Amino acid sequence: MNRGGSSPSAAANYLLCTNCRKVLRKDKRIRVSQPLTRGPSAFIPEKEVVQANTVDERTNFLVEEYSTSGRLDNITQVMSLHTQYLESFLRSQFYMLRMDGPLPLPHRHYIAIMAAARHQCSYLINMHVDEFLKTGGIAEWLNGLEYVPQRLKNLNEINKLLAHRPWLITKEHIQKLVKTGENNWSLPELVHAVVLLAHYHALASFVFGSGINPERDPEISNGFRLISVNNFCVCDLANDNNIENASLTGGNFGIVDSLSELEALMERMKRLQEEREDEEASQEEMTTRFEKEKKESLYVVPGDTFHSFPHSDCSLPSLDFEDDMIVTSDVSRYIEDPGFGYEDFARRGEEHLPTFRAQDYTWENHGFSLVNRLYSDIGHLLDEKFRMVYNLTYNTMATHEAVDTTMLRRALFNYVHCMFGIRYDDYDYGEVNQLLERSLKVYIKTVTCYPERTTKRMYDSYWRQFKHSEKVHVNLLLMEARMQAELLYALRAITRHLT
Amino acid sequence: MEKMSRVTTALGGSVLTGRTMHCHLDAPANAISVCRDAAQVVVAGRSIFKIYAIEEEQFVEKLNLRVGRKPSLNLSCADVVWHQMDENLLATAATNGVVVTWNLGRPSRNKQDQLFTEHKRTVNKVCFHPTEAHVLLSGSQDGFMKCFDLRRKDSVSTFSGQSESVRDVQFSIRDYFTFASTFENGNVQLWDIRRPDRCERMFTAHNGPVFCCDWHPEDRGWLATGGRDKMVKVWDMTTHRAKEVHCVQTIASVARVKWRPECRHHLATCSMMVDHNIYVWDVRRPFVPAAMFEEHRDVTTGIAWRHPHDPSFLLSGSKDSTLCQHLFRDASQPVERANPEGLCYGLFGDLAFAAKESLVATESGRKPYTGDRRHPIFFKRKLDPAEPFAGLASSALSVFEMEPGSGSMSWFVDTAERYALAGRPLAELCDHNAKVARELGRNQVAQTWTMLRIIYCSPGLVPATNLNHSVGKGSSCGLPLMNSFNLKDMAPGLGSETRLDRSKGDTRSDTVLLDSSATLITNEDNEETEGSDVPADYLLGDVEGEEDELYLLDPEHAHSEEPEYVLPQEAFPLRHEIVDTPPGPEHLQDKADSPHVSGSEADAASLVPMDSSFSLISVSHALYDSRLPPDFFSALVCDMLRFYAEQGDVQMAVSVLIVLGERVRKDIDEQTQEHWYTSYIDLLQRFCLWNVSNQVVKLSTSRAISCLNQASTTLHVNCSHCKRPMSSRGWICDRCHRCASMCAVCHHVVKGLFVWCQGCSHGGHLQHIMKWLEGSSHCPAGCGHLCEYS
Repeated sequence: MNRGGSSPSAAANYLLCTNCRKVLRKDKRIRVSQPLTRGPSAFIPEKEVVQANTVDERTNFLVEEYSTSGRLDNITQVMSLHTQYLESFLRSQFYMLRMDGPLPLPHRHYIAIMAAARHQCSYLINMHVDEFLKTGGIAEWLNGLEYVPQRLKNLNEINKLLAHRPWLITKEHIQKLVKTGENNWSLPELVHAVVLLAHYHALASFVFGSGINPERDPEISNGFRLISVNNFCVCDLANDNNIENASLTGGNFGIVDSLSELEALMERMKRLQEEREDEEASQEEMTTRFEKEKKESLYVVPGDTFHSFPHSDCSLPSLDFEDDMIVTSDVSRYIEDPGFGYEDFARRGEEHLPTFRAQDYTWENHGFSLVNRLYSDIGHLLDEKFRMVYNLTYNTMATHEAVDTTMLRRALFNYVHCMFGIRYDDYDYGEVNQLLERSLKVYIKTVTCYPERTTKRMYDSYWRQFKHSEKVHVNLLLMEARMQAELLYALRAITRHLT
Repeated sequence: MEKMSRVTTALGGSVLTGRTMHCHLDAPANAISVCRDAAQVVVAGRSIFKIYAIEEEQFVEKLNLRVGRKPSLNLSCADVVWHQMDENLLATAATNGVVVTWNLGRPSRNKQDQLFTEHKRTVNKVCFHPTEAHVLLSGSQDGFMKCFDLRRKDSVSTFSGQSESVRDVQFSIRDYFTFASTFENGNVQLWDIRRPDRCERMFTAHNGPVFCCDWHPEDRGWLATGGRDKMVKVWDMTTHRAKEVHCVQTIASVARVKWRPECRHHLATCSMMVDHNIYVWDVRRPFVPAAMFEEHRDVTTGIAWRHPHDPSFLLSGSKDSTLCQHLFRDASQPVERANPEGLCYGLFGDLAFAAKESLVATESGRKPYTGDRRHPIFFKRKLDPAEPFAGLASSALSVFEMEPGSGSMSWFVDTAERYALAGRPLAELCDHNAKVARELGRNQVAQTWTMLRIIYCSPGLVPATNLNHSVGKGSSCGLPLMNSFNLKDMAPGLGSETRLDRSKGDTRSDTVLLDSSATLITNEDNEETEGSDVPADYLLGDVEGEEDELYLLDPEHAHSEEPEYVLPQEAFPLRHEIVDTPPGPEHLQDKADSPHVSGSEADAASLVPMDSSFSLISVSHALYDSRLPPDFFSALVCDMLRFYAEQGDVQMAVSVLIVLGERVRKDIDEQTQEHWYTSYIDLLQRFCLWNVSNQVVKLSTSRAISCLNQASTTLHVNCSHCKRPMSSRGWICDRCHRCASMCAVCHHVVKGLFVWCQGCSHGGHLQHIMKWLEGSSHCPAGCGHLCEYS
């Protein structure tokens, strides 16, 4: 096992995408120079983020107040494009990591590590390995799951389900964890753990979705850090945000003029707004639309982009990708059953899973009450965060101003929930089809379901006229929608266990 | 008018009868509503929409309104309401945002009447106007309220709450034009139905969503609201600003609230999560529900009083797919199970006692309280005026004041401070304590101490070997030297402040135990000093300098007959004293046995009673003569201790227990001892006698007590740079990554004991500073301060 501690070079190691690898293998002499990316994100040019930062005193204050590491990390830097949101994010994160709660501090970080490991997010893992040791965690645990107490190990099952197929969580899973015995969890502890898991699964989505770079200054290495691996291939980074290059990414959207694309979207939004008044789809129609969207999300696979991560199928380790395997095994110390991944909610040829009716178990009515009861005050913080992200708007769309983006935000939020099988009775899923283009859907699906496969190409290929800060906004929406979906499933299971 | 209507219900033949019953529905219910005739109830849910007839013994399904091949989402109801004027008219709110009206008078199977699809989001609530036949109001998730005239195809007016979702809308019962709406953000708005442009009044009622509201059926200004913040509030809307008149705190978020008919102050609530019960509260008594219905197995989603003028029938629908009729007389009443009495001590010893009026009244004159033998302090009773809610929960609160003077506990404090518990031979301890007691005017106690001495300190019991021993090694010339040598040896290993203190030469009473353990060490090293004796050095506190050190060498501790005293040389952490060392009194026992110290005194004591042959003391003398072992008395002594403890003088019981140690300990069961110890320690701490209580803890032999000093020994520190708590380690700050405390001598981080000067705040490793200050009196940091250990 190769631990990164030996070579804590500031320059990150980048994975090579399969395409480049093929090229490399053919001609061994070609050396791909490591691009020196600077700034907090590999997707967003440094100046975009930094510019925003220098103006912002508020961010510094927030970091001072709520950051556990005491410094401005890359996530915070990228998020600081939306300071309003950043505050509720940091506050809730600080609360679940540092404030009163049923779990001891090192456990919280270890759970964060376990959650991040499900998505092979080495950035978050490294961050929390440090924090874990700093809060007095037992270093031995970092050798892998077999070194931690059985009690923590028991979390594995719901970690796995929550990360990839939250709809499979049942009250039996909860019962198994809380039933009295040597390694049982109390309900408040479990809720705390679930909140942490959901938070870090979602944050992993954000990290990959926004192309967060590894922290530049790996501190005194403690031997447990993973190699700072960026999952973005050099060829992704080499194109350095050139829109021209986007034509490489695939035939269907490179051709469309991006400007007219934006206009078309605006047009569609306007039409939808007006349409709503006169044309009403029948109920059957609405149901079909949801099913259709659900089904369609099946075909939205990032297959058309040629970066697919080979790990998701670890049962067939390919000998060609030895470096990859090192990384995987390094991360897989913290996970069991690494082959378990997202599977489409609506799978063809399988018996129908019951749709989660959002109105029957809402965050506002039910989730909040339960979570707040068992882990006081986190409900308010999460509530504020969800509300914040849902209502956050600058009334702009790319170059246009004074636009009501409610519809767009709702479409994004509900589309994520749709992929997790949550249905809103009062939403017309036809809107999703109208508002979200295919490349965006691909991006959404990748970021929320298997974020580790996100590439810069995907990030660049949708909404090319939009500002980076707007794309970060999209990421925030995706992240929170995902977190809420996971929480809803987990909390519903806990409620069922209680009744 | 009020009276009239009540009479008509009774006269109209509709006297309600029924029993507590339930029926199973096919699916979870979301809401229920009762027909005007009180004989039918409609149940609506995601996949159920049925009308049941309420018969005397059971519910009978009357009509299924959910018809059609493929049930559409329009039938997935979030709310249902039955018109209170028209028995044929119903309205439902669908989760997809559609408002549907139903006309039961339609001849066809499908009773659906009208469809309003104006809301964009889920409709949370629908409400008919109480007197107008055609006016329907709806409130939706999209933040709008719409008023429909059923004679028209679309809404008459739209009200915008300027906020996210509307949770509830309710027409005022008395004001024709007014309705109230509640919002997700905690606001309540009052609207005039004629003015859709802006609300009449708005105020924040709850923290978080307000799920429900209900107008009082009789009192025109009262509105009850229930929120996610687990509160039910009653607002008086007649005043200029909405005034909160009552507030009930429940245990879960409040989903529905309904005033109870004919009971001005009663309302029923059910919760949205976790709690499945229905409560009926008297708002004037917000802490205990007046009644509780516990039939449901899952959350109750809808409640309705069966008849607007009958307070005894409550209907409810639940997620557990049952419809229930509850009878008020069958409700469980938590009040009945509540403890009717409360008792609390005030800061200055006052005692407050609250009890149900009825309970207090039966006791004639409340004499038992004042005259209770078990309370050493006397109270006089002062009656507070009766509680405002006389009719409701009439409890009487009595406050017993402490009479000035009588409650003085100065004797307790004095005794605690002056008693000697250890460190001297038993006889001396007894004498000293007897003297203390006598000076405080507690003659019985003094007498007890004297008797104890006589019982346990008879010279005849001293083992002969011991005598020889001490005689044989009488010389004590070399002692001071030996002692100082030992001290030097010990100091670095022990490293505790107490020892430092001692080396500076003043003794404090709380070092007694340390001293004796130190003695053990020296004795182990220096066998030849055994048996030597310096009688003068037993008075702690008076002793100074070398004399104290002499005391350290008190040879009696190392009797060979007590091998368990010998501690391993390498283990000197302070904890060991507490856990492993046998208690002080045992050392004392040995001292007491020493002929040199106690012999003469004991003789003197036993000489006195010889003359007065009938006194107790003479008895003890006689017993001594006949060589009765002290064990003979132990039963008696134990009884005596119990007597004192019963009397409330736990101080005496514990003091004697400590002083006598091994002699009586085994005769009193561990639990009683523990109980005494804890009570005494508690008392001491209340009087801020920390030193004494600590001494008692140390001297106690019971494991449970002696670990008291080992609990919560954590010291939390803040970083000196950023003022943040240092959560993980005491010496490095997580946030600013700086080491907080550096040793001024070696410039390394101090991870263990850190000592610093209070004058210049420099400091460092204990040993380093000690060593430094041996050679210099200036601060090692070079700040020029003259540091000093005190």
